[in-house]
Amino acid sequence: MRSVVLTKGVPDFSEGAVSFNEEGHLERGKTPTVMNPNDEFALEAALQTRVRHGGNVSVMSMGPPGYKSVLGEAMESVYADDLYLLSDRACAAADTWATAITLSAALEKYQEELADVDLLFAGFKTADGETGHTGPQTAWCMEWPMVTHVVALDIDPDERTLRAKRLVEGDVDEIETVEAELPCLVVPDPEFEPTYRKASHRLEHKRLRAETSERAEEYEELLTMWDHKDMNLDPDYIGLDGSPTIVAGVDPIPKAPSEREATMIEPDDEAAMGELLDELRPYAAGD
Amino acid sequence: MSANGYEEFEAVVVGCGPGGAAAAARLADHGVETLVLERGVEAGSKNVSGGLIYGEKSAPYTAEELFPGFREEAAERPVTETYIHNVAGDRVKSYDLTDIHEHDTAWCEAVLRRKMDSWLEKRVHERTSETGGGVLTDVRVNGLLRENGEIVGVTCDELDPIRAELIVAADGVNSELARDAGLMDWEEPEEWFQGVKAVVDVEPGEIEDRFALGEDEGLAHLFSGDLFEGVRGGGFLYTNESSLSIGTVFHLDSLVERRAEPHELLDALLTHPLLAQWLDADYDEREYAAKLVPDSKKVALKEPYADRLVVVGDAAGQMQAQGPIIKGMNHAVTAGALAADAFAVTRGNADPEAAGRRYATMLEESGTMSKLRPRRYELARTVGERDLVTRAVEGVLDSPVGRLALGNRLADRALERAYNSPYLVSMLPDTRTGYVTVPTIVGEQHGRPVTWENEVEPPELIDRIGDLTYDTDVGNPHIELLDESFEASGAAVYACPVSAEGFGGGCYRAETVRTNGGEETLVSLDTQPCVECGTCAVVADTDWEHPRGGKGVEYRQG
Repeated sequence: MRSVVLTKGVPDFSEGAVSFNEEGHLERGKTPTVMNPNDEFALEAALQTRVRHGGNVSVMSMGPPGYKSVLGEAMESVYADDLYLLSDRACAAADTWATAITLSAALEKYQEELADVDLLFAGFKTADGETGHTGPQTAWCMEWPMVTHVVALDIDPDERTLRAKRLVEGDVDEIETVEAELPCLVVPDPEFEPTYRKASHRLEHKRLRAETSERAEEYEELLTMWDHKDMNLDPDYIGLDGSPTIVAGVDPIPKAPSEREATMIEPDDEAAMGELLDELRPYAAGD
Repeated sequence: MSANGYEEFEAVVVGCGPGGAAAAARLADHGVETLVLERGVEAGSKNVSGGLIYGEKSAPYTAEELFPGFREEAAERPVTETYIHNVAGDRVKSYDLTDIHEHDTAWCEAVLRRKMDSWLEKRVHERTSETGGGVLTDVRVNGLLRENGEIVGVTCDELDPIRAELIVAADGVNSELARDAGLMDWEEPEEWFQGVKAVVDVEPGEIEDRFALGEDEGLAHLFSGDLFEGVRGGGFLYTNESSLSIGTVFHLDSLVERRAEPHELLDALLTHPLLAQWLDADYDEREYAAKLVPDSKKVALKEPYADRLVVVGDAAGQMQAQGPIIKGMNHAVTAGALAADAFAVTRGNADPEAAGRRYATMLEESGTMSKLRPRRYELARTVGERDLVTRAVEGVLDSPVGRLALGNRLADRALERAYNSPYLVSMLPDTRTGYVTVPTIVGEQHGRPVTWENEVEPPELIDRIGDLTYDTDVGNPHIELLDESFEASGAAVYACPVSAEGFGGGCYRAETVRTNGGEETLVSLDTQPCVECGTCAVVADTDWEHPRGGKGVEYRQG
């Protein structure tokens, strides 16, 4: 099985890392870039496929040269074989459509130079844009089927099909099983759990981990950079110029004002506790 | 893959302690495809031992021979001196036991199990990987796979069932496989010892100063006498690289009978004036641990096999405890390696028990069985352990005549020789006489008062539990209390090393509840603080299993 995982570097929105200015706008320069958290599930699904069926996993991203470290991070968690970074000033400020055009052109080039792709994996949405469009639009460009909100995945390499359990309406209470032909885009849900019930799979997992820890240290040697010329792309169809989306403005969501008054009571203060009980007593009757 | 869809390996080894490691390494040497399944997050994370591993001159295998570099890289310090201290109050008489220690000993090392077993795990994984297998951690084998009533493999919590030509149960003292096969039970407290241990932190370089040792030297101190409330057993102190292993080991039936609290007996040792020379007020306990120990004299399996299953180490009761000599890990190494050799020579034999029978023969011929179950002990035991005899002997010893006999100067020398005689030691019946009465009288009659002030304040049980690492399997307790009456399960409140009377933070507690027309004392269980020692499986009425792979207590020292 040959898999490609799409990933993106996003601002680290975690507490302590993220930085906003006074107007509530994100300060990109002061906020570190990390791998999009939802991509982890895509990587786990690709790893499960690799462990169970062997083959090759490549990780691909579009972004500035600084995203190299994000790909290095991805290599460690998915035990990837090689990395592809689509990096060009002409790609800057792309919306999901222009990004999908770029990614699909890169996938075409990948297939020409290496081999046909069996599975494309993407995270279900990014932490910054939150659209969830890029993966499906890329599959549309490639004319591949797509299965989203996947929580469990089985591949039949001989039949060249996959069978996936997916959440209906994103709800764990309702799960449907679908089949699709390869090549196919798979978007794992955050509920996705890789399963390794065979000892041979766990041994393979362990072998790959040992093998990759050496490889990941030298990840830049396994990283290929492509610009728009490499991918034979017209600059008018990528980046800002190729993006039909117009962002009219961005408003920060104001913090909800607190209207309640709070009184602090020490648990040892018996008089105050007594008053508190008096306050609460009427509610105890269910009024 | 086998015909019926099960995954298949030539050999499956359950447990990656010294027995499992030796079996797996030898199997790989024979070219056998070997899968090792370990339930801990890493080998050693579930293991505890007092801390000495021997290389015996007479044994067919030692850990160093099987795993070159073992002593240098996996062990702490060699034992170069051994003493026993007979304690009576604050009077102590010490004997040099180096002679008996060195009998048949090529080498002896103090070890901490997390370090030792995780080192072994890496070696075993390298070697078994070469023959198509390897070591998997976080996998709990929960039983035997049978086809038409015959054992053909194992079942696991985390993996689908696995078939194998050979199954090695090296799953420790609470072996679920040996019990599934009907080879072991948890019925009789007198078949078990229970040990508790504190690993005490010492600044690097301090050991040499405090014990007057060179860099590659180490000590073993043993303690017996009246400092343990009359419970049959004793204490030990071993020197590690930059820590001490200090512990106590008691006959489980004696602990139950005396309603003793194991952690308090350990504290009695830690706070005795004798230990003030080695411990100060800066006492810093790295880890509190506990373990059940099989008494090989009573439970070592004479036929440690069933169908394709062979049982090695503690799982087969192969733990030799005779007087001051405690040897377990070395026998596990021998047994594991012999089981592998037995499989190699009987490979392809249609009889599923061929390897097992061969293994039993090799255990016998290598002299291992006669160490585990000495005939001298069996003969001496028949008279020696009868209550009447014990009481009569005790009466004589404690009389003025007896005290004179043990108390004169000639007796002093004779006693040191007796302690150092492998012949006499292997005969010692397991009664109060050997453990308590004789050492106490020796201490009283020959001992000198020790008046050092011991400033050690051992941690409370709640802090000892609080310092342990757990990954609790919330909502899925691994022990079920079947009978909550005090009569059936009350002993666990005392004997469990992480429970105590009047302590609410342990596994077992007793509560008095009002019932129709009266009061009743009931026992309740919370498995969160459990250290998986197995004591309650013997002394209480439980359904006892290990936690799932990677769950439960995780020892850092062991």
